[in-house]
Amino acid sequence: MKPASSAPKPRDTKGTILRLLRTMTRESALFALALALTVAGNLLALAGPKLAGEAIDAIGPDAILWPVILRKCALMLACYASSALLSYGLSLLMIHISRGVVYRMREAAFDRLMRLPVRFFDEHPSGDIISRISYDIETVNESLSNDIVQILSTVVTVAGSLFFMATISPRLLLVFCVTVPLSLILGRRRATVTKPLFRARSRKLGELNSFVEEQLSGLTTLRAYCREDAAIERFDAINEEAVQAYYQSEYEGSVIGPLVNFINNLSLAMVSAFGALLFCAGQMSIGSISSFILYSRRFSGPINEAANVFAELQSALAAAERVFALIDEPAEPEDAPGARALREPRGHVELADVTFGYDPAQPILKHFSVDAQPGRLIAVVGPTGAGKTTLISLLMRFYDAQSGRIRVDEGDVTGYTMRSLRAAYAMVLQETWLFEGTVYDNLRYANEHATREQVIAAAKAAHADSFIRRLPNGYDTVLTDDGANISKGQKQLLTIARAMLLDSRMVILDEATSNVDTRIERLIQQAMRRLMAGKTCFVIAHRLSTIESADEILVVNHGEIVERGTHSQLMQAKGFYYAMYRAQFE
Amino acid sequence: MKKVLTHYLRPCYARMAFGFVIKFTGTIFDLLLPWLLAYIIDDVAPTGDRRSIALCALAMVLCAFGALSFNVIANRMASAVARDTTRAIRHDLFARIMTLSAAQTDAATKPSLISRLTTDTYNINQMLGRVQRLGVRAPILTVGGILITLTLDPVLSMVLVAVLPVIVLLTIRISRVSIPLYHQVQQSSDQLVRLVREDAAGIRVIKALSKTDAERARFDAVSREVIGREKKASGMMARVGPMTSMLLNGAQIVVILVGALRVASGHCEVGRILAFMTYFTIILNAVVNLSKMFVVFSRAAASADRVMAVIDLPEDMLTLPAPAAQNAPAAQDAPAIEFDGVCFRYGGSGETALEDISFSLARGQTLGIIGETGSGKSTLIRLLMRFYDPTQGEVRLFGQDARTIPREQLRAHFGAAFQSDTLFEDTIAENIRLGRPLTDAQVTQAARDAQAYAFVQDDKQGFDTSLAIRGNNLSGGQKQRVMIARALCGTPDILVLDDASSALDYRTDAALRAALRERYAGVTKVLVAQRVSSVASADLILVLSGGRILARGTHETLLASCAVYQELYASQMGGLDA
Repeated sequence: MKPASSAPKPRDTKGTILRLLRTMTRESALFALALALTVAGNLLALAGPKLAGEAIDAIGPDAILWPVILRKCALMLACYASSALLSYGLSLLMIHISRGVVYRMREAAFDRLMRLPVRFFDEHPSGDIISRISYDIETVNESLSNDIVQILSTVVTVAGSLFFMATISPRLLLVFCVTVPLSLILGRRRATVTKPLFRARSRKLGELNSFVEEQLSGLTTLRAYCREDAAIERFDAINEEAVQAYYQSEYEGSVIGPLVNFINNLSLAMVSAFGALLFCAGQMSIGSISSFILYSRRFSGPINEAANVFAELQSALAAAERVFALIDEPAEPEDAPGARALREPRGHVELADVTFGYDPAQPILKHFSVDAQPGRLIAVVGPTGAGKTTLISLLMRFYDAQSGRIRVDEGDVTGYTMRSLRAAYAMVLQETWLFEGTVYDNLRYANEHATREQVIAAAKAAHADSFIRRLPNGYDTVLTDDGANISKGQKQLLTIARAMLLDSRMVILDEATSNVDTRIERLIQQAMRRLMAGKTCFVIAHRLSTIESADEILVVNHGEIVERGTHSQLMQAKGFYYAMYRAQFE
Repeated sequence: MKKVLTHYLRPCYARMAFGFVIKFTGTIFDLLLPWLLAYIIDDVAPTGDRRSIALCALAMVLCAFGALSFNVIANRMASAVARDTTRAIRHDLFARIMTLSAAQTDAATKPSLISRLTTDTYNINQMLGRVQRLGVRAPILTVGGILITLTLDPVLSMVLVAVLPVIVLLTIRISRVSIPLYHQVQQSSDQLVRLVREDAAGIRVIKALSKTDAERARFDAVSREVIGREKKASGMMARVGPMTSMLLNGAQIVVILVGALRVASGHCEVGRILAFMTYFTIILNAVVNLSKMFVVFSRAAASADRVMAVIDLPEDMLTLPAPAAQNAPAAQDAPAIEFDGVCFRYGGSGETALEDISFSLARGQTLGIIGETGSGKSTLIRLLMRFYDPTQGEVRLFGQDARTIPREQLRAHFGAAFQSDTLFEDTIAENIRLGRPLTDAQVTQAARDAQAYAFVQDDKQGFDTSLAIRGNNLSGGQKQRVMIARALCGTPDILVLDDASSALDYRTDAALRAALRERYAGVTKVLVAQRVSSVASADLILVLSGGRILARGTHETLLASCAVYQELYASQMGGLDA
């Protein structure tokens, strides 16, 4: 199945419904069971009043038929008890089905999230992603577990009642030829009004989530600058939009219930008027009219309920649209057909005339060429914003070059599987990333096969062991997202230790020790050298002392290599590098 | 939950009452219809009077219109009440979160605060609307129905009434169990939020390590937990409906039996029992509907508790009253910054982060802080800016205990750039200005001084360039320069740069230092750095180690006396000799 071609357009309601139904098909057996339970439950519920009527009939004004009454009452008890059990079972079943759907939708959404290119995360606020995975899917869920049962039992009741009404008086049924189309037309018109409102409601909640996520992430900054009030003011504006969007959708959506009820009432009025007229014309007995009306009233209740959930169903559809839109985001390009795994690379990395810009109109790297022989240490230096980190994004294939070629071991990188290519590198970035989990788990994240001894050895090599031991629970201390008791430098040491547990042929260090004090930095240099020994290394550093031993230093400015050579060559050239080097001591 | 009802809904009481009256009227119209219908069939039709039939039909149509318009108006009013209440709750929650102390934020965790602000307030909004819209008709029908049955036969009615307390009690018990269950659901969805947030931030590392499968597994575990807990909570609530109908239906059976006895003893007629049954069905449906409301209510109650738990957190780190002696304006010669025997430990950990820190810095002086990773440099800054209060000792600013300075006033002294600082999805100018009343000229100047001007101008849109999420369209060094510009903008009294130039190349760093020297001479500066060169010109340098001051002095005295400092210097300057 090619999701790209068969996926419905985001605004295609029918497609969304079909897709939602498709997510349920995996539970089709259970769904059939739910349907059966609904029918059985409704039938039992119908039997109750009938039995009650019979029991009361047995209470004659003259003679009370106790045996009959008791028998009917026992039957009623059985009926009601089994009906209650059935409806409890049905609820549990629907909970099971709907949670299954939610589970799979979340799984699909997260699965896609993991396959999306890095660019997606650079462009989409995580608050909005969170909103889709939590709130939007939850909305779908609620509607599935509650509303579908409601609609099912409505359909059963209405169909049954219509059948009985037809047997009583097909002519009187003509009334419904007026009211049914009327309700369809009104319903459709309502839907066209409310649909965009429900979409807006989901979207606005996503925006609220994005804002909240961003502001809370920058809470320290906001507090430092006393921007709390300004943030509250902006929040109020966004909150206003969110509650208004919710209100607007309800303003129009809450008309649906009374409207359907109105049509129902209208048909009641028409049935009784025409029924009475038919009676006057001698074409219908009072008894038939009564039972006709009894049936038509029977379905007015469920229809009312269904009308009430109709609005919720629409909000569920709007939410589902957003979830499906996420699932339909184009994933990272698949490995090219015939892509092979990069096995035991020698580590020859070559960039030939590579040009790239996040915005194609504004290239960050221009005609970039470098040939890194296996085992060589390539240092990349240059003013900030020169495109050094971008180079890493290209090596790791977070982004693909616009033009030019990148080769590893004489093979174009696009010819390797993404997984094997990335696994060939050990990467330490300036922006440390640790997840909520123990220090130990964070360290062995890159290599799950590492033993505890290996993990501790790596931590020692990265000079992280001593501070880890001082943490409340040592290696089993849980790091929280803003863990204030771990400094940024310590986080960097942890990520270095993590990289040391990887056995890769190529190493990327992007300002890996920028927040580590220089003493420790020097101490871990040996360990780093061990990490880098015999491997092809790309090192970005501002502390030029750390890269003096590089085999080749690339001096990058404005995305172009302006100088290249060894430290001593560049110092002799007295050019850009020389000036940068001197600046350290100014 | 109580606070939502008594505090947040209070301003809406009148409106809710009015809405209730309207809904009530609408419901009456609704209930008139079957009555009219019975009238037509039973009384009018047999007479054959077509005019009367038409009139009655007309009355029914009018009633239908009445029900429609009154219900719509009432629904809309209910939604408006829900909107206004939710707006107020959300506002208060956000405002409270903004003023939480750092320790309180650490304890609550950000993902949980995010989900309280969004999902939980949303649950409340939904509940308020639904209960008002659907929760009026059912009580009317229940109470009305019972009143009518009382007139029919009080004894039979008592059978019915006797069941109601049982239902109420059982429902309350179930909700007692299920509200904590919903609490757990919300807690695990906090984890969901945390995980997605974490992975969105760390996507590069995850992809680099090809850990997407591991992340899927982590997500799967959390997702399963959410589902499992929801199943448990909903399963518990699912008992309410069947239980209620079973009890009522059981009562119905008893009514028939008792009715039969009463007919036998001549106290009642069969017709009454029949009529009784009709109303009984109405009451049954109404009560079942009420119990459904209860599900929504329980869920929202758990959410409301979570929201109110944050709103009701005690004010932490209050501004202490200034002692009388300090009420006099601080002496002009009071030191700008003074730490007096400051000790500090973070809430969760037993370890001391700072111990016996004492120093003072005169106005316009520069303090350099240097020290190994994890030696407490950033912690010292956090105490200086009063994100945390010292466990012992005192931090004084311009001669005043920091705890006695109103927060706004205290923070207004500072311009700060932190190690892990944030850029917002906004223009560069706004990221520098951060909502403060600063002119364009000041913003431009600050950018110049922070060495950000050149790259900002490189872009066509200059200062109006929009930054991507987390400033992702800037390089690490560019981000830092924007943050430094933010700190410099408006020339603060105290400038704090916490390792804020680590991603700058030496040249830019040197230019920045020159700008600081020349243009911010009067500003008291606190510089945390890894490089000796960044702090060499400081009036006072503290060398921290393990939360203590290992040595203090100027560059020259430290070079002469402090081995650690010498070593640092040698390691960083060594290149010159090579």
